[in-house]
Order: sequence, then C-alpha cells, then structure tokens
Amino acid sequence: MAKFLDLATAVAEMVHDGDVLALEGFTHLIPFAAGHEIIRQKRRNLTLIRMTPDLIYDQMIGMGCASKLVFSWGGNPGVGSTHRIRDAVENQWPQPLALEEHSHAAMANAYEAGAANLPFAMLRGYIGVDLPKVNPQIRKIACPYTGEELATVPAIRPDVGIVHALRADREGNVLLEGITGCQKEVVLASRRTIVTVEEIVDDLRAPSPNSVILPSWTIGAVVAVPGGAHPSYAHGYYKRDNSFYIAWDKISRERESFLAWMEENVMRKGPEAFAAHAGKRAAS
Amino acid sequence: MSLAFTPNEMMTIAAARALRNEDVCFVGIGAPSAACNLARMTHAPDITLIYESGTIATKPNVLPLSIGDGELCDTALTTVPVPEMFRYWLQGGRITVGFLGGAQIDRFANLNTTVVGDYHKPKVRLPGGGGAPEIATNCREIFIIMAMGKRAFIDTLPFITSMGHGVTGRERRALGVKSLGPTRLITDLCLFEPDPETKEMTVVSIHPGVTREQILENCGWTPAFAAEAIETRAPDAIELEVLRDIQARTKAAHGG
Repeated sequence: MAKFLDLATAVAEMVHDGDVLALEGFTHLIPFAAGHEIIRQKRRNLTLIRMTPDLIYDQMIGMGCASKLVFSWGGNPGVGSTHRIRDAVENQWPQPLALEEHSHAAMANAYEAGAANLPFAMLRGYIGVDLPKVNPQIRKIACPYTGEELATVPAIRPDVGIVHALRADREGNVLLEGITGCQKEVVLASRRTIVTVEEIVDDLRAPSPNSVILPSWTIGAVVAVPGGAHPSYAHGYYKRDNSFYIAWDKISRERESFLAWMEENVMRKGPEAFAAHAGKRAAS
Repeated sequence: MSLAFTPNEMMTIAAARALRNEDVCFVGIGAPSAACNLARMTHAPDITLIYESGTIATKPNVLPLSIGDGELCDTALTTVPVPEMFRYWLQGGRITVGFLGGAQIDRFANLNTTVVGDYHKPKVRLPGGGGAPEIATNCREIFIIMAMGKRAFIDTLPFITSMGHGVTGRERRALGVKSLGPTRLITDLCLFEPDPETKEMTVVSIHPGVTREQILENCGWTPAFAAEAIETRAPDAIELEVLRDIQARTKAAHGG
C-alpha cells in the first residue's frame, strides 16, 4: 500500500544521489513541486529521464542535480530553447551533461517495455536518420517471421518514477484524466514511485469504469500538493500557465537571473507555495 | 481589389489549402498547427487533427502553445495515452498527412532539428526529433512548412533528424519505406514539390510579388524551377479574416 508522506520526507526516503529518475507528464500534470523538492535537497549526479525535458528539467539541470539526460525533445514548448539545458550541453555549466537521445516513439515504447517487464522495446522507426549513429543504445532486430528489420531500444526501468495525478482516495488509489502521457507506464516501470496529487478525497469519483487509476499497491508514496503541477496544468483543476512558459525564456536566458529566480522561488519556499496556483476541483 | 498580406500569412494560407477535408493529419506545433486549424475553420471542416499528446479529432478554438494544451484535450473526440498514439495510430498506419516544421532542410527535404555543428560538441543544441523521425516514415505523405532563409535552407545538413527523400533522393525505396515522404514544402516565398524522378524539391508555384531572385537569395542551394511554375493564388478575404481572428484569440488566451 502507498504511504501518505509529506513531500520532503518522500524525496528524502526515495531519491538518492546517483539514482535514475523519471519525472513524467506530457505537457499536462508535470510534477514541478517534486522537482523543486529534489533541487532543495541538493541531490547530485542523477540520471534524468523524460520525453520532453522542458522547464522542470531546465531548472534541475541548471541547479546541478544531473549528470545525464535521457530524452527525445528538449525545449520550452512553443516558446524556444531550454537555455539551462543548452548551457550545460554547450558550455558544461554548471557541470557537464551526458545525453542519451531518442525519438518520442522509442521512449514511449521503452516505458511500455519497462512496465511490461520486457528487456527491450521494438518499433518501426529511426529509418534513414542519424540518431542511431550517435546513440549506440539504438539497435536493430530482424522479425523472426518476416525478416523485416525493426529498431530496438532498452526498456526504461527507473530507480524512481515521479508523476503528478489529479486525486487519491484515503487508501492511496490514484486517478488521472485528460492527457495521461506515459505516466501509467512510468509508475509500473519504476522500482520506487512518488505520486503527488491535487487532493486526497473520500471517493475518487472516477468518471468511467475505464478511468486511468493506479491502485495503491503500485505506488510507494502519495503526497498531497495542491497546485503541484504549476505552471503546467491539472485537467479540471487549473489551466496551463502559458504566460509563465513565455516569461521563463527571459528568466532562464542568463545564469544570474536564473539563479536569482531559483533562490527566491524554490530554495526559500516549500511545496505549500504551489497552493496559490491550485484551482477548485472540477466536480464535487 | 488585392488585399495586403504578409509573407507569413501567405505561407500559412497556402499550407492550409494543401489539406483535404478527408485527411487524418498528425499536427506539429507552431506553424503546422496554425495551418491545420485554418484548414479546419475554412474549407476542411471535417479534417481529423491529431496531436502527439494523444488528442484525436481535436477542434481547438485557439492555437495551442504546446503540443498538450488543455484546449486540445477539452475539444477532442478522445484522448489516448502517448504510447498508444505512437504505436496504434502513427505506426498503425492511420495517418494520411504528417505536417512538420523544422530548423533546417536540404534539397531532398530531409530535416534537422537536432544540432548545428558536431553532435558531441554542438555550436547550437536544438530541441531534437520528438515525434518527427517516425512521423516522417509512418504517415502516407508529409507536408513541411518553413520560412526560407540561408540558415534554414542549406546545402548539406549537419544532422538528419528525420528523413525526407534521403541524401541522394533514393533512400526511401532502398530502405523499404513505402510511404511517399515529403510531397509538399510550403514556404513564405514559394511552394516546392519533389521532382517525380529525382525527388529534388522543385519550385512549382511562386507567391504573388515574389521574384525568382528572392528565392535564390534565400536558399542555400540553387533550387530547380518547374518549367510550368505558376503564381500562387493570393489569400482571399475569408482566409485572411479567419487566420487573423485565430491569431488574435490565441494571443489574448496565452497572455504573452
């Protein structure tokens, strides 16, 4: 069964220096509060996995938490570059960052393979492109029935998977709705898991028998952090703060303005600061 | 009477016109998204727009800033998980048109969105491929929208993120890829289509007021012009009005 912990305790217990972490959320439900707690606790030499390392990994990498990034698209969506990730790759600031680069299709398949307890994922992909020349993890296999050549990538099995969901019930069962990305796969592929939620309720009020629900016994820790996905969003609770994504371009462009913002808004604050962004729940 | 319009408006409108009402289109963010929604709001109301975040048959009223804005999910017929999107819908062969943008392109419509310079010591680190490497080969055909310029239209790409017609124009067939690849390249100055034999992207239509010299000046290789190259039809009043309305709504919604 999932334990109900506060965020600082959950991160202290589950996230260690040198761990392989996946914080997922495809534009929606990005676990910003958990990422900030990892920054505050000064974890180092993490391998960070994420299909779309956008602002949260820009912040973690800029604050020196990571030595390796596994990803398929790194940018500030619709705005431009993630300047801190670029600074790490182009100038090794604040430290060198090794890259393992994939396509979205490959990473989505690799998470699914991890959840399915398979050693690798297979796809009809990477055809005629240069990525396999620079990423030796991308290999090929011949179909045993037709001989067709298909691409393979290793399954993703993180030490810790961290996602943000809409709500949990008192037993720690968790509900997601809307764009659910590969969160279910990440939770089921990871050795340890932290799920932050908007609220803890008596009844999940699952909208359909087919709703995306992660049973309590698949989760390590459930943590209530209202607003914890801001500036991304929580379906039915609050909208994506697109103006913050636009503002981040300027904040993150220079090291000084980035560090000043992180000091003010992350290092000197706690998860309760996210409550200011929390919205009302959709249905009650 | 002719209407005033910008090169970017001409590009978006020309791109929208390329889409058909019956298309199932995998939409890239940015310029492709503007073109696809303009098509849906004008001549192609039944077009199925799919974003890689999992939203199928979405009908956003404002253009999303990201590939997964809530507006896309709220207005979709259904939203599926991301692994399912790439496996069943894209790899499953359900998509007729993949609509891509890019940072750099070559004469065979290969795209680079990964790095400028050496991969391991990049001069500029770009976002990477995202969905594009598999979109490029798993959709029936590919449309590309990009503004011209010598830093974007270059002779030899430093990195091939997604395959167009390959480095010699013959790679798709050699690699056993059955889809058509890039069939249209829509720019702010002209329209390209692949030569039926060589697959080199060839200018087939020049936008009103644009000269051949301008196209040459903004292209890193010497592009071929089709013998029967025509002038692109100028935007009409409805196309411009709908496009400007979406963009005004979008700007207001994003608060940028």
